Amino acid sequence: MAVCIAVIAKENYPLYIRSVPIQNELKFHYTVHTSLDVVEEKISAVGKAMADQRELYLGLLYPTEDYKVYGYVTNSKVKFVIVVDSSNTSLRDNEIRSMFRKLHNSFTDVMCNPFYNPGDTIQSKAFDSMVTAMMVQAS
Amino acid sequence: MADDVLFEFLHMEMVSHIYKDQASRGEMEKDRATCVSTLEGMGFRVGQGLIERFTKDSPSFKDDLDVMKFICKDFWINVFRKQIDNLRTNHQGTYVLQDNKFALLTQFSNGKQYLEEAPKYLAYSCGLVRGALSNLGMDCVVTAEVSLMPSCKFQVVIQKI
Repeated sequence: MAVCIAVIAKENYPLYIRSVPIQNELKFHYTVHTSLDVVEEKISAVGKAMADQRELYLGLLYPTEDYKVYGYVTNSKVKFVIVVDSSNTSLRDNEIRSMFRKLHNSFTDVMCNPFYNPGDTIQSKAFDSMVTAMMVQAS
Repeated sequence: MADDVLFEFLHMEMVSHIYKDQASRGEMEKDRATCVSTLEGMGFRVGQGLIERFTKDSPSFKDDLDVMKFICKDFWINVFRKQIDNLRTNHQGTYVLQDNKFALLTQFSNGKQYLEEAPKYLAYSCGLVRGALSNLGMDCVVTAEVSLMPSCKFQVVIQKI
């Protein structure tokens, strides 16, 4: 279960940020912002390696004492960042991958919505409810 | 199955609707350009959405040529049910995509008849390609030319800042 989920546009501004303990929201904004550097590094590193299969899932970006941050980049350079609690060790790689898959699917649906202009913040309720289902229940 | 022609009919109606609007408003030359821009703008937004859907599962592209090959093969097959017949490049940001039997032009003629009307029907597809490329990170200008129906060439010039 995620603690914070963010969708960042290719110009590196946030399209959507949601975090569960609403008091510390700024801290999560900061964490996501710093994780962007790591994402950029991974994207450019894969380019130099010239691997024949470049994956969209970037994996664990960096761990802090409290949180682990995972990244995923789409072909349109939109980045998804998921922050999970470090104490939640039961979360496996596959589960994170499936969370990103769901995020990507919902994002594709948002893109195809004629009322959505690419570059705006995401206002779709369907996207909201999908994200809420993936977040930790507020205590 | 009738699915294929549904889009072709819709596209024909779209073009005639936009031009009818302009004719009813009266002013001539200035608005002809806006019709083409409107169609191109429509294609742009559709291209962006389509690319998001099509590239959902494929790995990242290595470079511009890889992106153009994807457009020529998978993208063109999904939209027009065939591949681009010929891709040429000068390796400096200009690509020419040649389609010898462009799906939206096959109903017009087999030669030079109706050649002047053809550009109207290519505006939407130009926008489609431009939207697709812009969502993949490549800003470009797409133009189309027809010399002999139903074959046409799309020229993509990548804008390097």
